[in-house]
Amino acid sequence: MARTVTVSKPTTWLLRLIAVTYVFFLVAWPVGLLVRRTFSNGLTNLTDALSDEKVVGALQLTAVVAGWAVVINLVFGVTISILLVRFEFPGKRVLSALVDLPLSVSPVVVGLALVLAYNGRDGLVGPALEDGGLQIIFATPGMIMATCFVALPLVIREVVPTLTEIGDDQEQAARSLGASAPQTFWRITLPSIKWAVIYGVVLSLGRAVGEFGAVKVVSGNITNETQTATLLVEAKYQNFQQDQAYAIAFLLILVSVACLLVVAFLRPKNEK
Amino acid sequence: MAGPGLAGVENATAPASPSGRRPRRVRRTTPRNTLTAGSGLGLGLAMVWFSILVLLPLAAVVATAGENGLSRYLDVLRNDQTWAAVTLTVGQSALVTLVNVLVGTIIAWVLVRDSFWGKGLLNVVIDIPFALPTIVAGLVLLSLYGPQSPIGVHAAFTRYAVFLALAFVTLPFIVRTVQPVLEELDTDVEEAAASLGAGRGVIFRRIILPALTPAITAGAALSFARAISEYGSLVLLSGNKPYSTEVVSVRVLTFIENGNNASAAALASVMLAVALLVIVLLDIVQRRVARRG
Repeated sequence: MARTVTVSKPTTWLLRLIAVTYVFFLVAWPVGLLVRRTFSNGLTNLTDALSDEKVVGALQLTAVVAGWAVVINLVFGVTISILLVRFEFPGKRVLSALVDLPLSVSPVVVGLALVLAYNGRDGLVGPALEDGGLQIIFATPGMIMATCFVALPLVIREVVPTLTEIGDDQEQAARSLGASAPQTFWRITLPSIKWAVIYGVVLSLGRAVGEFGAVKVVSGNITNETQTATLLVEAKYQNFQQDQAYAIAFLLILVSVACLLVVAFLRPKNEK
Repeated sequence: MAGPGLAGVENATAPASPSGRRPRRVRRTTPRNTLTAGSGLGLGLAMVWFSILVLLPLAAVVATAGENGLSRYLDVLRNDQTWAAVTLTVGQSALVTLVNVLVGTIIAWVLVRDSFWGKGLLNVVIDIPFALPTIVAGLVLLSLYGPQSPIGVHAAFTRYAVFLALAFVTLPFIVRTVQPVLEELDTDVEEAAASLGAGRGVIFRRIILPALTPAITAGAALSFARAISEYGSLVLLSGNKPYSTEVVSVRVLTFIENGNNASAAALASVMLAVALLVIVLLDIVQRRVARRG
């Protein structure tokens, strides 16, 4: 009867209890409470927030920054994944370790690094760029770069395993039948890694919308100009406009949970 | 789902030849180059962007940190307030990682070997800390453990708040690295051991635990790395009081806000070194697992 070695009943219950209690107190209850507070006055918190010009501006800025960052990471991620899996070149192992680096670097350090390189006053290359009319720090390009940096490995980490798994038989067959490299990519490679790319994009989107630390350092946090939704949550909370902070946080939770559900529901279908 | 860093244990090594040891050794001594003109161009462009985005800024951190010589560098790190932040961060991160090793393994076990009503929900809820923006994570914890707590726990602005925030953001790491390994684990060996008279404790210690150790190590490394670099969730929750609840990331930000970029870079360079160390450790663990097959 036993598929696995049986664990005694009390132990099973104890482990189950520990797992559920821990997750309930740490995640489920706090998140639930925040959602309840958002709606404590009915819909007024949300409608108030959405009629505030600052909030709308911040949400738009978040959409722009996240959109650009996701597109850039998509192109870069797919390119790097194909290179890492399908080709051999010197320094490959170093590169594959380095693309994981953003996962364990503090967002504040990411922001600092970009500031030190690109600020217009004493940055490494910043002054030269600003003379050329391109301001990066305290402007949208810097925020996009910060977001790209923190979300960099997400597409690669999804696509590399899939590419490895499918092998290159079909690609070689296509090439031997006379297909050009771009044809092979669009007709064979891309369709077979489609789902991995989509997961990567969804994960990147979630991360990009929610980025806080790196963007805070790089943006200068200028109201109505470089203030994203996450930065506005902090500002509103510290200004004792907690209801609005809850409302914006709720919208961000909606986005991230939507990303989560998309991935959770798409994945099993693909793996079968 | 595999969030950031989770796909790691089994697949990130992606050996070019699945067949075993010898090809790898050959490859290491004579790196071949199979780039075509088109892919070479692609690699070139990708490397240019990677350098602009990652390598150049990180080099700027190291350069700025070393600008004022070794003695100034060490002065920054020896500063009392900085040292307090470092000990707090490392201590709480180690504690959180320890808790994650225990509870994370239990949760993974429950998700794989147990079945009960609501397990699917538990499985989804585990990923929420990854998906939630960090500032929102702080706000969320504040609603249960802050001044308006419905259960009367006022952990905000204390060391417990730092622990809570770190535990929240690192919850999925060990669960999501151990879970797939546990799923793949062949139960035949366990049954054989049981039929030969081994007790549950022995089976767990001698058979299950050794198989899970690489995954737990990898998850623990990721969780520790994430914990020491955490910033967003602590901003609202911990109060950022110097000597008491100020973590390293907050200290770096304070340096930046005061215009003291050299000190910020000095401290940041230490954090970068730790991040690199974790990546090297992960690489070694993954390679060892891959070699064992």
